[in-house]
Amino acid sequence: MSRPILQVSNLKKHYPLAGGLFGRAKIVHAVDDLSFEVARGETLALVGESGCGKSTVGKAVLRLFDITSGQVVLDGMRIDELSDGALRPLRRRMQVVFQDPFSSLNPRQSVRDAIAEPLRNFGLAASGAEMDRKVSEILDRVRLPRDAAKRLPHEFSGGQRQRIGIAKALAPNPDLIVCDEAVSALDVSVKAQIVNLLKDVQKELGLALLFISHDLAIVENISHRIAVMYLGKIVEMAPKRSLFAGPRHPYTQALLSAVPIPEPDARRERILLRGDLPSPISPPPGCRFHTRCPYVFDRCRTEEPELRSVGSAHVAACHLDAMPVRR
Amino acid sequence: MALLEVRNLQVHFRTPDGINRAVDGVSFDVEAGQTLAIVGESGCGKSVTAMSILRLVPEPPGKIAGSITFQGRDLLGLTDAQMRKIRGDDIAMVFQEPMTSLNPVLTVGRQIAETIRLHQGLDRKTADKRAVEMLSLVGIPEPARRMREYPHQLSGGMRQRVMIAIALACSPKLLIADEPTTALDVTIQAQILELMQDLKRRVGAAIMMITHDLGVVAEVAEHVIVMYAGRVVEEAPVRQLFARPRHPYTCGLLGAVPKLGSSLDGETARLSEIPGMVPNLKQRLSGCVFAERCASATDLCRTVAPALEVKALRHIAACHYADKEEIAA
Amino acid sequence: MTDVTAAGPHVAAAMNLPDILPPVRHRRGVTGFILRRPTIALGLGLLLTMTFIAFAAPFLGTVDPTALAPAKRLRAPSDVYWFGTDAFGRDIYSRVMFGARVSLAVGFSVALLASAAGLFIGLLSGYVRALDGLIMRIMDGMMSIPPILLAVALMALTRASVQNVILAIALGEVPRVARLVRSVVLTIREQPYVDAARASGSTIGSIILRHILPNTLAPLTVQATYICGSAIIVESILSFIGAGTPPITPSWGNIMADGRTLWQVKPYIIFFPAMFLSLTVLAVNLLGDGLRDALDPRLAKKL
Repeated sequence: MSRPILQVSNLKKHYPLAGGLFGRAKIVHAVDDLSFEVARGETLALVGESGCGKSTVGKAVLRLFDITSGQVVLDGMRIDELSDGALRPLRRRMQVVFQDPFSSLNPRQSVRDAIAEPLRNFGLAASGAEMDRKVSEILDRVRLPRDAAKRLPHEFSGGQRQRIGIAKALAPNPDLIVCDEAVSALDVSVKAQIVNLLKDVQKELGLALLFISHDLAIVENISHRIAVMYLGKIVEMAPKRSLFAGPRHPYTQALLSAVPIPEPDARRERILLRGDLPSPISPPPGCRFHTRCPYVFDRCRTEEPELRSVGSAHVAACHLDAMPVRR
Repeated sequence: MALLEVRNLQVHFRTPDGINRAVDGVSFDVEAGQTLAIVGESGCGKSVTAMSILRLVPEPPGKIAGSITFQGRDLLGLTDAQMRKIRGDDIAMVFQEPMTSLNPVLTVGRQIAETIRLHQGLDRKTADKRAVEMLSLVGIPEPARRMREYPHQLSGGMRQRVMIAIALACSPKLLIADEPTTALDVTIQAQILELMQDLKRRVGAAIMMITHDLGVVAEVAEHVIVMYAGRVVEEAPVRQLFARPRHPYTCGLLGAVPKLGSSLDGETARLSEIPGMVPNLKQRLSGCVFAERCASATDLCRTVAPALEVKALRHIAACHYADKEEIAA
Repeated sequence: MTDVTAAGPHVAAAMNLPDILPPVRHRRGVTGFILRRPTIALGLGLLLTMTFIAFAAPFLGTVDPTALAPAKRLRAPSDVYWFGTDAFGRDIYSRVMFGARVSLAVGFSVALLASAAGLFIGLLSGYVRALDGLIMRIMDGMMSIPPILLAVALMALTRASVQNVILAIALGEVPRVARLVRSVVLTIREQPYVDAARASGSTIGSIILRHILPNTLAPLTVQATYICGSAIIVESILSFIGAGTPPITPSWGNIMADGRTLWQVKPYIIFFPAMFLSLTVLAVNLLGDGLRDALDPRLAKKL
């Protein structure tokens, strides 16, 4: 078994909110004690709704900011404590595609310059001619016309701009790409194009993907394993089939039941959650989900459940699974 | 006579690069109490269609032509003052982004009461009472306390409920909802859709739901219109549309939507793609608007734009080659 | 238009609805530009005229602007002296033409200097959090002194010359530019493309150079035009009160200063330089307004 390309252990990211004139600054517990692994060539999806911290995890892995505590290990090397200078050459191995096709590209930079940036930074092209050649190859790979190189981002549609973003991410030949809601802002048919492109590229290049999304149906199509997040913690993690066939955590169950099905007569047993998402500034004690859980009982309010194995490679953090009698 | 009748609606915009034909010949009806969904991707003209019903399209640089008849009255011929009476009272609208659609410096109670007072002429106290009733109707707990809160103090789902409360405050006959759940989390979306269904039963309003999400369409719509490049390409009752789509674009769209549970029986299928991009609406198009992306396009398609033909009972599509069924007389 | 019958009677063709708006004609070239952007065209046109006057002053029918001719003083405008003569017999037309040099030189130089300094300070302040507080407080301090008083005070410390006037005015304009640049930098820093650049291995210097700087140039350019206009006016005020360019060198402010006491009986001494001054500042402001509209971020997709 080869070493996983990414190992995250006990990741915590807390950041202070500007406090008022008086009183202590409030702390947002964006990510709290999270652990997961991504194997080479695999797609792990981080799923959750707004405020669950999934984007924070993505940025933490990319070291776009410093983490509060925990370890991030890229192919056996710890990267969370490295200085900027030491980290820079390692950045070649992990790249990112962001959500908004309109603000994830510099509007004043041509496509060629955008793709050339990582090539130049990591010394991957010896001459201008070689640079141009590599840019053309990458454009081919993301199925954009070669003459796109001289144009500016605003001349392209949303889907095409995402392709440019993917091209930029593929340029330094990384081992891992973090896709932070990479298809969420796209139209239905364009989403399909980009999802297919990502799958093809993954197969051709043996890439690992950390796919952050809130769209469960897309996640089911593209990922191998899925981790469900709620208020900064992973509540369930499983291989795709296992999760969709038998979700164990009540939040996962509610999430799955809430997805609208494009079939008019499909039976909908909706599990409606009460209330609103609690604030990450003061997460509920015990199980963070207990304020909205339909199966809540006393233990949930005081003791935080650990991630327990509930099947083959399937873990969930729910006290119900520790009970001898299942509901 | 239908509640709302739209005939040959055209909405064109003057831009420095040319005329943007955002809506070019759209016709449909909304019956009283019916839920009609208009589905399409960005740039198809669905939002512009909705805005033009309420005459919210800025008229330069835009221009509206055609006819929009509501309860027998031609909306395009009304004065501004007459239109204002209709907005919020007979026809109400819910927008996509509740944060920017609510006034951040007024309490939510005030915003609901404002609509009520404007259209029903009630005094402050009665209007406030009614506002509390509306908040409770849309499922906001502790409505009397929430009345005095500001939009930023509420969550996204709550804000959308407030928007719906404002829209329904005067019991409109037609509610236009423009992507009302797109900006919400999926669990909140489920709540809001249930709420809208429930309220529709109670208030008896017709709903015109604009969305790009086929799952939402399947859930709430009774009748569906598919738009592409400013035109209607297919129209059918919801079950028929999903069971037997006739237009290649609708087929492509349905194929591109991933279905939950697809991984349970074997390898996940590849999503079907529609190659190419939406055409530039600033250029005059000849032939079928979808021809350049359609796998089965012929020369006929590229030269003659197909009219909407009846393909089956209550099912029309604009395609030369879509099958027709024999309709029993 | 397509011929339906040629395709066969069974083909249902869609109605061809007519266009409801007249077509947009895309006029190319200079006429097109003037029609599309009249403000920029007008402002630029006026400014270029003034610049031409400044360069070509010796060839525009002028005489030595410093030549004294007391016998011919205080003549009204005539065929010989187009703008009349002042209290020392100097030809006002020539002085106004040559005065353009000083005013425009001051305007452009101050704009350039203040922009460059403000850009540097703003970039530093916006990107390096640790220095932000300190720098902004210094800028606030400078802004709390009215720019004209600041310039007067600085001129009092040195001898009168065009260079010193430029420096004195520029100093007062720097804080505003720095604040503008800083706010743009803060906005751009939050953009995903800056994060993408960091993930691509770009150093801070590279990010500032390739990503932040190009996107600050548009608002900076607009601000620079306003500074130019403001500097021209401040220079004329300084000269008017005798704290600006030395009286020998003709500048529009100087000429007006000379005519100050006589303006009720000889209004032409003040009128002509004032008119040219106003037109120049108008030109620069029009240019700034036009550029600002053209470079509006909501239209940024077009750029």
